[in-house]
Amino acid sequence: MQPTLWQRLDSFARALTPFVLTVLLLLVSMTPVRSPYLAPVIPSIALIAVYYWSVFRPDLMPSGAVFLIGLLHDLIGVAPLGSGVLALLMVHAAVGAQRKFFATAGFGLLWLAFAVLASAAQLLIWLLSCLLIGRLVDLSPAILQVAVTLAIYPCLFWLFGRCQQLFLREAEPVR
Amino acid sequence: MNKRTGKVVRLATPLKAWTQRFAFLLLVGAALGLMLLGKADTLLIERARTQLVDAMAPLLEAVSEPVATVNDTVAEMRDLARLREINAMLRAENERLLDWRREAIALKAQNAALGDLLKLTPDVERRYVTARVIGDQGSAFVRSVLVAGGSGAGIAKGQAALTGSGLAGRVAEVGERISRVLLVTDINSRIPVQVGPARSRAIMAGDNSPQPSLLYLLPGTSLQVGDRVTTSGHGGLFPPGLPVGEVAEVTDGGVRVRPYVDWNHLDYLRLVGYELPGLIEDFIAQRAPAR
Repeated sequence: MQPTLWQRLDSFARALTPFVLTVLLLLVSMTPVRSPYLAPVIPSIALIAVYYWSVFRPDLMPSGAVFLIGLLHDLIGVAPLGSGVLALLMVHAAVGAQRKFFATAGFGLLWLAFAVLASAAQLLIWLLSCLLIGRLVDLSPAILQVAVTLAIYPCLFWLFGRCQQLFLREAEPVR
Repeated sequence: MNKRTGKVVRLATPLKAWTQRFAFLLLVGAALGLMLLGKADTLLIERARTQLVDAMAPLLEAVSEPVATVNDTVAEMRDLARLREINAMLRAENERLLDWRREAIALKAQNAALGDLLKLTPDVERRYVTARVIGDQGSAFVRSVLVAGGSGAGIAKGQAALTGSGLAGRVAEVGERISRVLLVTDINSRIPVQVGPARSRAIMAGDNSPQPSLLYLLPGTSLQVGDRVTTSGHGGLFPPGLPVGEVAEVTDGGVRVRPYVDWNHLDYLRLVGYELPGLIEDFIAQRAPAR
């Protein structure tokens, strides 16, 4: 049976959920907290979002979307342009390469894998920042940011899980 | 599924995988390209950033409103609880300030008289714009804040950003409705200052830590913890004599400055326009043909 226009529009809107949700969270994460020294404590929402959707719905988080999210992240966060993009793409690719592992992993194992990937990504961003700024940048804020990102991971995991159930349950592919 | 579509699918699947891989490589290449672009054409990137933040200004302002309300309410409750104490403190402070005011008026008159005597050129006029801090940058490597107000409000690149207690930073990017202030603690911040009673010149350089360090001090300069650091006005960008901070530690490794600004309560910034006629414009005009 051919789907009607409205059905197609509806499924298109649903397919956009991961991307739109990520962008919204990214915008919210840069709202003021009244102190420049809180900045390093702001978790890297983009990293969690890209990781989650790459694991659960890679069809809805293609590398093009990852690129756009990374670009927005770099432009908003005044990070050296391109560093965040590259780190997010690497996380996306790493998940894609080990699809079999991620398909069977439980929550704990996923968290652990995220810890490894997030550390690697932050290290990459740090290295690129040093290279692009041309000076050795202090590493400790980056470590702090990874820790906070790991701590907030379960909350966002839950949130994304709920959204997935709400908007994307119908077209669930076989994992 | 008939035979024909089966064939198409068999052909299309590896093709799709190949396209995906190719697209990934392309995107990685684009990311590297962006890095080079960011390094080569800072002006373009700056403009893109400013436009993006400008477009987001209404959202930022809307969200910063409740945060400000909660902050104010909490502060008000705290103040209510200590009303009597604060009142007494303010009375005492007021008396002290009145004394200072009297002295300042006398000194100002004396200064004018002496300046007149020496035929000193009067200092250029300063213009103040006050803007609310509406956002900070969620990045581990940059210390900057966004303020509500742009070129329309008279904010211009290079202006000094002050709080009541001292220098906080300088305006680095100006949009139509939003400007970015680079804080003195940022790794890219370099500010000409003078230190201590001898007014030794130095450059205060940020390194993303809360306490910037002093560079290019003359050998043999003796500094003590607690010495006052003010802007020197060299370079013509900042007015001289803006309070910056005080010397926090003096070691063999260098001198650290503790800024006066309370980073946890950065609500409003006063942006000081220092109209040194023509200096910066001339400089830009000189550079422009060279580019």
